[in-house]
Amino acid sequence: MRVSRTALIGLPILIALPLIVHLLFGGSEKYYLHLLIQILIWSFIYTGWSLMGRFGLTSLGHGAFTGIGAYATVLLWNYAGLTPWLGVPVAMVIAVVVALLVGYPCFHMRITGHYFALLTLALTEFIRLCIVGLRDYTGGSLGTQPRRYGDGVSLYAMQFEPDRVLSYYIVLTLWLVGLYIWWRVDRSMDRFALDAASQDEEAAASVGINVTREKLKVTAISAAMCALGGAIYGQYQMYIGPDTIAGLSVSLNIVFACIAGGLWVMLGPTVGAVFTQVLSEVLRVSMQSSVTLQALFGSAVLALDTLIYGLLLILFIIYMPKGILGALLEKREKTSSAPTPPSRAVLR
Amino acid sequence: MLELSDIDAGYGGFQALFGISMSVQPGEVVAVIGSNGAGKTTLLRVISGLLPASSGAMSMEGVSLRQTPPHRIIETGIAHVPEGRRLFPRLSVESNLKIGAFIPAARKKFEERLAFVYELFPRLKERRAQLAGTLSGGEQQMCAIARALMSGPKLVLLDEPSMGLAPVIVAQVFDLVRRIRREGYTVLIVEQNVRQVLKIADRAYLLEVGRIKASEPAAELVASDEIRKAYMGI
Repeated sequence: MRVSRTALIGLPILIALPLIVHLLFGGSEKYYLHLLIQILIWSFIYTGWSLMGRFGLTSLGHGAFTGIGAYATVLLWNYAGLTPWLGVPVAMVIAVVVALLVGYPCFHMRITGHYFALLTLALTEFIRLCIVGLRDYTGGSLGTQPRRYGDGVSLYAMQFEPDRVLSYYIVLTLWLVGLYIWWRVDRSMDRFALDAASQDEEAAASVGINVTREKLKVTAISAAMCALGGAIYGQYQMYIGPDTIAGLSVSLNIVFACIAGGLWVMLGPTVGAVFTQVLSEVLRVSMQSSVTLQALFGSAVLALDTLIYGLLLILFIIYMPKGILGALLEKREKTSSAPTPPSRAVLR
Repeated sequence: MLELSDIDAGYGGFQALFGISMSVQPGEVVAVIGSNGAGKTTLLRVISGLLPASSGAMSMEGVSLRQTPPHRIIETGIAHVPEGRRLFPRLSVESNLKIGAFIPAARKKFEERLAFVYELFPRLKERRAQLAGTLSGGEQQMCAIARALMSGPKLVLLDEPSMGLAPVIVAQVFDLVRRIRREGYTVLIVEQNVRQVLKIADRAYLLEVGRIKASEPAAELVASDEIRKAYMGI
């Protein structure tokens, strides 16, 4: 009920957003639309990660999947002339195969918690090294670009970046698909199974849950979503680099944003994306344009925004483990179910 | 119903069970007794598939269960109530029961079976929305047994149902076992509380350091001097 009411109000606003931006920020609407597009793409990726993260499968390997998605699509286009309409599915399949190859031994041998995080971290680094190592094709650490196909928008080459409004609607659709997948998983019996397995694997196995299979299923969905997100990111940015769409920094950003937004609610990863993107943007702009700060720190001011960003995230993890949205919803639930303050008997 | 012959099992290099042969007939309550570390829990884990046997044969109603994973074994009608209850503490009672009916055959009969276990254990119905981790010990055991019944088993494996419970509650738990027996379930129960379990069992196996030392009707074991001295402190 709550979700549907939110959707009823929120969806028309989101659809009208380009118009609103146009009316409010006529001169710099391209910049604001760019910000919105970034938020939606990352929201989709974060939502994909949270499908696993919410069940205690803390993967630091999703930077590998976004990287595979972006790079496979672009390389297939640049060197084999394969349209992204086929390249993206191929990239998604590659990501799923990699995910299953890493996931099967992990889940079969009951590797969880810190060990799982470390193992997946190694995967991210492995993919990044592959990208850098194959520099003749991938451009190494400098990154590369999808070959332009004519000027402007092209359906065949899936290049839509020149038209910001079109780009916005494409990624809005993508984001909605992501939420739909989250909702389907949330309502499925698999969710119960994974919830159970995350609390007690042996007990889950004893009631007939094939724990390995359930984990592989959700891993495959999650990897495919992140690969798709990475591919769309590359198509929109028209530039891919090992640091912007692959590698550890991407993995860590995904985890941070999901924790900040809230892992266990549908819109948590989206709130996390809004928060992290807006925060880093505001910090970057305000720090770098401040004359006072520049006088105080000199060129070190360029790194100051990253520092503050990191500090805020640490505070979040400590003081708001359920995330922004999780904490807000909890607060609302408390106030609505208990209109009067808790009685003294409860407090005692 | 359940047949084990010459089963060996262990953990890594450590062998816990040596040549176990035993059987359970339909409608029986069979107890496995023995001291700490005798291999009782290991035996149940082998039967439910959580620990694959290293050699030997096992079958349920004529179907061989060798090298069968747990989610297949439960489909043959064996449900395991693990040691220490092992509920999903942060899920409600009803969600725990829902997960108990996870296998496809059981999902179809979920509503029907839920009504049945609520009738059998009305206390659980009262507490259906409560988190399982907040139940009392006795209620948790009740919930664990109910979760096992949700899969629609013929044979229920009970691992130390009295563990960690107050004496009054222990008596209630054994009463639960009697109740599910009356409903027609076959029960294989592992216990350290020898005196109590021999009161409800038809037959018992005595397990000592991974080997079956004796297999007799419960009444005869109760009368045996050796058992009385070693396990009942009389």
